[in-house]
Amino acid sequence: MDFGPYLLLAMLEGAVLAAVLALMASGLSLVFGVMRVVNVAHGEFYMLGAVMAWVVTQFLAGLGGGAAVNFIAAAVLAPLIVCAIAAAADVTILKRLDYDPERVIVATIGLLYVIQQATLMGYGPDARPVVAPFNQRIALPWFEFGENGFQMYYPWGLSTTSYKLFVIVAAVVLLFALRLFMTRSRAGLVMRATQLDRDMATAFGIPVEKVYALVFGAGAALAALAGVLIVPIQQAHYLMGGDALLLSFIVVIIGGLGSLAGTVVAAVIIGMSDGIISVFFTPTLAKIIATLAVALVLVFRPQGLFGVKTR
Amino acid sequence: MTEIPSKTKTGLISPTRRGALKTLAAGAGAAATMPLWARYTSAQSAAPIKIGFGKHATGIGAAYGRWYERTSVAALAKINAEGGINGRPVELVTEDDGTDPRRAAEVLEKFANQSDCDVAFGTLFSHVVVGAAPRAGELKLPYFVVSEGHHVASGMLNRWTLQPGITDVKSQISAMAPFLTGTLGKKVTMIYPDYAFGYDHRDNLAPAIEAAGGEVVAKIAIPPTETSFTKYFPQIPRDTDVIYHVMIGPAVLTFVKEMGEFFGPSRPEIFGFIDSLEATDLTSPGLEFLDGTYFWEGNPRYLQADAPDYVKAYRDAVGLDENGASVSDPSDVSTSAHMFGCWETLHIIKAGMEAAGYQSTADRQKLVEAVEVMSMMEAGPAHPQGTKMFNGKTHQVFGPQYISKVEGGKLSVVKTVPYEETIYPDEVDYTSMSF
Repeated sequence: MDFGPYLLLAMLEGAVLAAVLALMASGLSLVFGVMRVVNVAHGEFYMLGAVMAWVVTQFLAGLGGGAAVNFIAAAVLAPLIVCAIAAAADVTILKRLDYDPERVIVATIGLLYVIQQATLMGYGPDARPVVAPFNQRIALPWFEFGENGFQMYYPWGLSTTSYKLFVIVAAVVLLFALRLFMTRSRAGLVMRATQLDRDMATAFGIPVEKVYALVFGAGAALAALAGVLIVPIQQAHYLMGGDALLLSFIVVIIGGLGSLAGTVVAAVIIGMSDGIISVFFTPTLAKIIATLAVALVLVFRPQGLFGVKTR
Repeated sequence: MTEIPSKTKTGLISPTRRGALKTLAAGAGAAATMPLWARYTSAQSAAPIKIGFGKHATGIGAAYGRWYERTSVAALAKINAEGGINGRPVELVTEDDGTDPRRAAEVLEKFANQSDCDVAFGTLFSHVVVGAAPRAGELKLPYFVVSEGHHVASGMLNRWTLQPGITDVKSQISAMAPFLTGTLGKKVTMIYPDYAFGYDHRDNLAPAIEAAGGEVVAKIAIPPTETSFTKYFPQIPRDTDVIYHVMIGPAVLTFVKEMGEFFGPSRPEIFGFIDSLEATDLTSPGLEFLDGTYFWEGNPRYLQADAPDYVKAYRDAVGLDENGASVSDPSDVSTSAHMFGCWETLHIIKAGMEAAGYQSTADRQKLVEAVEVMSMMEAGPAHPQGTKMFNGKTHQVFGPQYISKVEGGKLSVVKTVPYEETIYPDEVDYTSMSF
């Protein structure tokens, strides 16, 4: 394949990964930003989102719904279900640990295995597909100056699908909405107040514990939404959370824990470089470079690209 | 990196050195007392013969595990209905190996030391077999694998590990190569999983294709836990005539779908090992482009028009409909190309135990020796996949191979390669090794 079309394909693949990563990592970042705890079970909420999407579409398909209706229902219901599960985990586990950072890490590792094994027991070990609401192959044209001057042609293999483009657009819209929610809404204000100073927020009558449960649930819901978006491309499988978690950690560390803008920028960097390096070299090299970048960021700029030094 | 289990991925949990040593010491202690137990079990007995079945119940091999178990249960029901082995009933002791080599080695220890199994059996995934077989050798436990990897016949394993019920990749490839270059095209690009089983394909395809007058123009390795594939396809050279694909794991459907999306209407010829779509419905959305492509099948998934009665009896016993899916759930598609090996292996264990006059675990060595002298296995109720020839020196069986074409969302056999055309020179003589 020629260099130009090759690069375009790599960037399209990278953009899909970046979109999903940005959604998922912003959930992780939100939880850390407000609650100052690291949620190791975040990848499992992503997996639960995908699995719930399968459950919802399967249930509705039984009732005779069309693919598009089923998918919209899954995109609404799956994050809500996962949000409820996460909020319940927050109230029953994290709250009792007093949000102590070290103990929360251990507790969420436990939660990771509980969710993973419960899914294995209930949903089974198979990878199951969810039908995309629409999925047309789109052949992309390429331009070049040849002997006959400027011309357009369709290179072999240069294509994407309408659903992949939808994932990219949906992620951009959702992240924009999240940004507006955090900066313009009252709930966002309360969250930011809690983030800045928990004790002061309590003194001003903010129900901090409720905020924490909601933030933890919202973080999980973002991961679940990423899972719902990806499941028509990949399939729902009980082990799919592992890789996603690793990449999300890479993204939030590079972007700066707690910084939404940093998370999005880092997701684009990691997603794009993963796509491009995978296509031109090997996917393993892409992961090596991403992990190396994390090490370098931790050494030279521990707060991340957009992070603020803690006082 | 993608292959690391999630435990280590977080970087936060790893088994302690002391804990691991404790487990090992306990296992070694239990193993050391083995000869003492065996002394009391040599009497003629009506107790059931126990076959330890390492099942890929979880992990990336789960679909295979489910069907391997169904096939094995059906085979044992038949064997028991026909009087068992040496007049004794046979039972399956199933343990989940998690498609994980370390766990599989532990499962073998359980079979030998806790559940007192006579033999171990079943495993498919080659990294699991390669990881567990040395333990079988140490435990002196006959280990009948149904793996199709070349590791048995290559001499990598030991005298206690045998593969009498399923053919290996090297013989499969030598059967397919003339068809590829003769019918489909000379320039082949191969796509294979990046681990032991895939390396069998990588290392054996190029020589076989060159011998048949063709050329492998690119080799593309994909980690078995990969979930997104489009990024690999641009490595396919533009002048490729034939794509040769073999993929495994939970994401096989995504792999084939994305391959279709990549090529669109202008695909080259495509030849796949059915592993790329085992347990996957050929009529899934996105697979329409496969119409007119070819697959290797170890055993035909769809009931062929000329199927003999013993094939129908085998399919009925396992519970397969004519599309190769479960009779109780048409969306539960079988791993037809591999699971017949369980049926045949259990019949070989029966034949071996009867030839050896097998009484107890003290006769395990006699069992291995009895299987090693086996040779021809005629097609029939015990060998529904076809007539085979077992090579006792390499512990590997040779059998027929099927090439099928996708037509209207179904696979029809277009060519059957008999076992004689799949034989290659011996690479090892296990019978010269000590027990």
